[in-house]
Amino acid sequence: MSVTTAHNAKRMYRFDLTKRLVAKLHRDEAVIGGIGHSNFDLFTAGHRPQNFYMLGSMGLAIPIALGVAIAQPQRKVFALEGDGSLLMQLGCLSTVATQAPKNLIILVMDNGTYQITGGQVTPAAGGTDFVAVARGCGLTSAAWAADEADFERLVEQGLATDGPHLIGLKLDEQGPAGQTERDPAQIRDRFMRGMGVKKSKLVT
Amino acid sequence: MQPWHEIVVEQLKANEIRLIPYVPDNVLKPLINAIHADPFFTAFTTAREEEAIGIVCGAVMAGMRGMALMQTSGFATLANVLASLPCAFQIPALMMISERGTLGEFNIGQAAVWRTMRPTLEALAMEHHVITRLDECGFIVDRTIRQALSTQQPAALILSPLLTGGKANPVKVGG
Ligand SMILES: Cc1ncc(C[n+]2csc(CCOP(=O)(O)OP(=O)(O)O)c2C)c(N)n1
Repeated sequence: MSVTTAHNAKRMYRFDLTKRLVAKLHRDEAVIGGIGHSNFDLFTAGHRPQNFYMLGSMGLAIPIALGVAIAQPQRKVFALEGDGSLLMQLGCLSTVATQAPKNLIILVMDNGTYQITGGQVTPAAGGTDFVAVARGCGLTSAAWAADEADFERLVEQGLATDGPHLIGLKLDEQGPAGQTERDPAQIRDRFMRGMGVKKSKLVT
Repeated sequence: MQPWHEIVVEQLKANEIRLIPYVPDNVLKPLINAIHADPFFTAFTTAREEEAIGIVCGAVMAGMRGMALMQTSGFATLANVLASLPCAFQIPALMMISERGTLGEFNIGQAAVWRTMRPTLEALAMEHHVITRLDECGFIVDRTIRQALSTQQPAALILSPLLTGGKANPVKVGG
């Protein structure tokens, strides 16, 4: 078990971590990017049809990923959720712990702020430890990534073993590397094709 | 004739609606019990109605149809997520709402929040139907679900106290 704590975890660059994650996906794993910069960096890391970019509904990346995970238990599903967003829907960690989907991996993108709205500190600034919160909710496989190499190890472990898993990521202050194309109906359509649910001749 | 909850279960099964996340309500109890008793369904509680909408949306996009159950006050927490997720992304998320706050409500808070439900559904331009009669229940449930699925739009089914009996005041006025 990792001994990394919220205090000694290295502050890392979200776009770099996102690229490292995507590079490890070889089995059409689903990735749900939460509101704002979590999905901006996912999109900028290179569109995949198995990516879903959530453009509103702050806090719902994990519930959406849970729905995907329940519907397709053979597919690994990642949720990328910001700390501010998770604070809005903390109860979902209990739901995940109780439903215990083996194929769900949650990444908490903890930069301590609402970066997309101007970098205001979140109400968790007093020292909320999201990995400890997750453990308290019953998610026993929850750990802070010590650094980039440790993150890659945790992702590999998440892909290779039964979950649910939660990986806490302390982020630096760098902004997103790009922006998602805001076309919800197209995003949904591509994602459903990526999930093998929709077949259509309306391609080009 | 069958009770309303048996008719609902029948239509959910006929339309392959398997995933039922919910925040409970007393009036929904017989439906919730019937759903839990039937292995066809995957049903569980969520901490908030918003969460249930997220779960249903994710599942629908991955090929498993679902319906979130809630009461009127739960619906009142949803305008933002409905507008930005199932409405914007065109996802046929289904909702069944037990109608509290009218026809004999005893809690003024429930009565006040009840008045926000139809204006919200109308402002969202979301398909919704109120079920008041046993003989119309199956038809309305079936057709609303089918339309939502074939038009890729969310929809709400409202269970009126006229159908369910609602929840009457446990104490006589003045007594
Ligand atoms: C219900 C709701 N409240 C407020 C907002 C405005 N808003 C959009 S993104 C955001 C901050 C998200 O913070 P976080 O999840 O930590 O991601 P970051 O911006 O730091 O990447 C806020 C407050 C919103 N979209 N929805």
